[in-house]
Amino acid sequence: MSIQKLFSSPLQVVNVGIESFKDACEKNGAPSVQVEWRPPVDVAPGSEAILAGRRAKIEKANRKVMEIILAGTPRLVGLDIARNVIPGMTEDTILHAGPPITWDRMCGPMRGGVMAGLVYEGRATTIEEAEKLASSGKIKYAPCHEHAAVGPMAGIVTPSMPVMIIRNEKFGNTAFCTLNEGLGKVLRYGAFGEEVTKRLKWMETVLYPVLKAALERTGPIDLKNLIAQALHMGDEVHNRNRAGTSLLYRAIAPAVLATCANKDDAVAVLNFINGNDHFFLNLSMPACKATLDAARNVKGSSIAVVMCRNGTDFGVQLAGTGDQWFTAPAEVPDALYFAGFTKDDANPDIGDSAITETGGLGGFAIAAAPAIVQFVGGAAADALRYTLSMYEITAGESRMYQIPALDFRGTPTGIDVRKVVEKNLVPVIDTGVAHKKAGVGQVGAGIVSAPMGPFAKAYDALAKILK
Amino acid sequence: MNIAGRIKQGFYFDSVTLMRVGRELSGLPGVAEASVVMATEANKSILAMSDLLLPEFKKCGDQDLVIVVKAKDGKAAGEALAKAEDMLSRKKKPAAAGGSAAPAPRDIASAVAALPGANLALISVAGRYAAREARKALDNGLHVMLFSDNVSIEDEVALKKEAHKKGLLVMGPDCGTSIVNGVPLAFANVVPKGPIGIVGASGTGTQEVTCIIANEGSGVSQAIGTGGRDVKDAVGGISFLDAMQALAGDRGTKVILLVSKPPQPGVLKKVRALLRKIKKPVVALFLGEGGRPATLEEAALLAVAHAKGADPAKALAHLVRRDEILVEEARAIVARRRKPQGRYLRGLFSGGTFCAEAQVVLDGLVRHLHSNAPLGDSQKLKNAWKPEKNSVIDLGEDEFTVGRAHPMIDFTLRNKMILEQADDPDVAVILLDVVLGYGANLDPAAELVPVIQKAAMKVFVVAGVNGTIGDPQNRAKVVEALREAGAHVQLTNAAACKLAGLIAAEVARQNR
Repeated sequence: MSIQKLFSSPLQVVNVGIESFKDACEKNGAPSVQVEWRPPVDVAPGSEAILAGRRAKIEKANRKVMEIILAGTPRLVGLDIARNVIPGMTEDTILHAGPPITWDRMCGPMRGGVMAGLVYEGRATTIEEAEKLASSGKIKYAPCHEHAAVGPMAGIVTPSMPVMIIRNEKFGNTAFCTLNEGLGKVLRYGAFGEEVTKRLKWMETVLYPVLKAALERTGPIDLKNLIAQALHMGDEVHNRNRAGTSLLYRAIAPAVLATCANKDDAVAVLNFINGNDHFFLNLSMPACKATLDAARNVKGSSIAVVMCRNGTDFGVQLAGTGDQWFTAPAEVPDALYFAGFTKDDANPDIGDSAITETGGLGGFAIAAAPAIVQFVGGAAADALRYTLSMYEITAGESRMYQIPALDFRGTPTGIDVRKVVEKNLVPVIDTGVAHKKAGVGQVGAGIVSAPMGPFAKAYDALAKILK
Repeated sequence: MNIAGRIKQGFYFDSVTLMRVGRELSGLPGVAEASVVMATEANKSILAMSDLLLPEFKKCGDQDLVIVVKAKDGKAAGEALAKAEDMLSRKKKPAAAGGSAAPAPRDIASAVAALPGANLALISVAGRYAAREARKALDNGLHVMLFSDNVSIEDEVALKKEAHKKGLLVMGPDCGTSIVNGVPLAFANVVPKGPIGIVGASGTGTQEVTCIIANEGSGVSQAIGTGGRDVKDAVGGISFLDAMQALAGDRGTKVILLVSKPPQPGVLKKVRALLRKIKKPVVALFLGEGGRPATLEEAALLAVAHAKGADPAKALAHLVRRDEILVEEARAIVARRRKPQGRYLRGLFSGGTFCAEAQVVLDGLVRHLHSNAPLGDSQKLKNAWKPEKNSVIDLGEDEFTVGRAHPMIDFTLRNKMILEQADDPDVAVILLDVVLGYGANLDPAAELVPVIQKAAMKVFVVAGVNGTIGDPQNRAKVVEALREAGAHVQLTNAAACKLAGLIAAEVARQNR
């Protein structure tokens, strides 16, 4: 608009800074909008200019990445034992949640999970033995994410554990996730002991074969479709999975009955799924993982394909920066704590479940889940605001996952690290909180903000590559 | 004394909001001092100077808000901190439940998406961030008013060149005042729409001419601020010339009024060349250059005369008559007081151009004129904090504003100086500007009246109230309150300066 044209058009003002200036504009008839401005994030000098200069290239790469993410078709295609299917899984390998970490830096719940895993594998008979082995250097620790897998909380995967296989049919890649153990004393919160081992063994010997057979009967289950329906039924598939679990149950129950000769086993399996609202979490997570993994290694892209935490560090990977990890200390969630627990009991943020937010679900879709708004302030409007604010940092909107309360607008999808850094606005993650002591379990839940550190580092790294 | 503080990580508020909170805390019972600031290096050093930098603040950065209170005991300090938290959280609170859930946009691009008709960005963030925001505004096709100061001249030139190429206007940096399509931007007055278009390289200068135009019954089509540096050769007058050109082509503008300190030679040449091409009447005031018009008042009256098709010479003749009346008034004022003290005039200005205009008006009226921002024959004050003989001081200069809000908003410093000057037996007259309009202090009388009452017992206080009847402060009430307190009030700065100078000269003559 030329200067002369400005003189003949109604003035409409974007106000950046002193808010009273906006009020004066409005009082004098000029529609105005206030920018919720923040001082910029501390990044390397020159990074912003480089990324601004390469904008066209980045946008092009991001369009490609978004097309891959939005077009992904994750399906549950089968079950198998980890050692048979997870790439690079050896007898000494233990996979864990989050970015890479050594035994000495692992938090309580993760150590507990590792030790419980070693006992479950028969590599140790007591916890003391397990601890000795775990710290001996003999065990190879690796992030789930580096093995096409994801795991909630501690995210421990050992070679004998059954895993679900999710295939992104459109792009041909696969992701893996263990079966959800339910609540109480469970390995993913670092619990160990007879009860934990017994359940894991039951999952291996009863749950796994029954589900495997049932799935062979049903054929692949379209998870994208299931998640889309779950969103319309009040899930955001991270902290609330009740609808998703119910839908899965409906899909699989007839096949369980049809394929399982032992009626007791069939009842036990169906009751197990029915009794665990979070059973579907271990499907929504690998569905996102399979979708996002297909978008890796697109040169120049500023879109995140991983956000995850190991209880010590928070890690991020971008589509445009290969296998490089960007990390910073994980923060203790400022969440809603269960009666009897406080923030002092909480472990820093842990789990691969932030893959759901990376895929445009979880906290990004919290507006779809009014039943859990007490985690975000108590009012439905609060949940809407969280979801709406995430459109500020995403590159696109899902074509499949929709928010009914936003007139079926697609969920904010594809976190653009440039927007995160330049707007100084971090992703929100809808998470459960683990007790810092191994095995106590979940002590709270709520919305946590990702730390800015990993995004600032990723931003600089992308600038370095594109320089 | 008990010093207590709090750190709010990742909180951000603009400086004016924080200043208001800080002042409210300082007024609480038992609180001696309070500061609520973003923990920038500059702010931390200011806190350190007043011993308010708590050890835990040292690791804080630009992203952190710190609150610190010095109070008579722990209870008062705690209450003040709680009050601060409450005020800030109320500011923070989003629209009430059931209201709009839409979060505020986080950058200019998102703001434009929310307001698709947006055509101007008004930017007032701290200087070191301002150029970045201005660049984003230009990228989004917006004209820019850059209120922020402390933007480098390199950035200014780059922004203006970029804008010029795109046909956009960059007003500023350090542009305090504009009126676009009748909308007052930043520090601006409420004036009617009318035929006079203004290009101003001086903020308070622009405010004063728009006010006089309004008070004379005419109006303003556009008032385009450029920032003071625009007319320097290093910038080349890019915005000044673009604005002139735009007003020349603007159907709503019949008369063009230019207000600036004298442009540097290269810019002046370009301005003159452009003037030759403009068919509309142009009144140009290059303040301090000499010649006519010499003052903001003269320039504004000339522009109004052109706009009304009246004889410009008559407009100036009217001023001569007015000045004769002021001479009588000054004599009468002095005569009413038994044994007036001192001999010197001390002007304390919140507006830089008012201080400059004062020197033009006072030249010849009083001798030995000093200033921290000298113009013409005035001498430079050795120490801006220590007025000598006849002095006029611009309190908007850097030596006074580091770590403080602008004197048009925050009267604390000037109020203190008024009382100090009144206690000086050499001082006969204190001269003030009281700027009204948006951006300025919303209740100037409340803060000035007690101070003027005290000062007026010892010296003559003359105040120029610069504003219009449309301004949010209610000009009539302000004038009434100041007069009641003992000030001699004029409605233009030039008239106030004249009256003050005449009184000072008269007292000096008596006390010779």
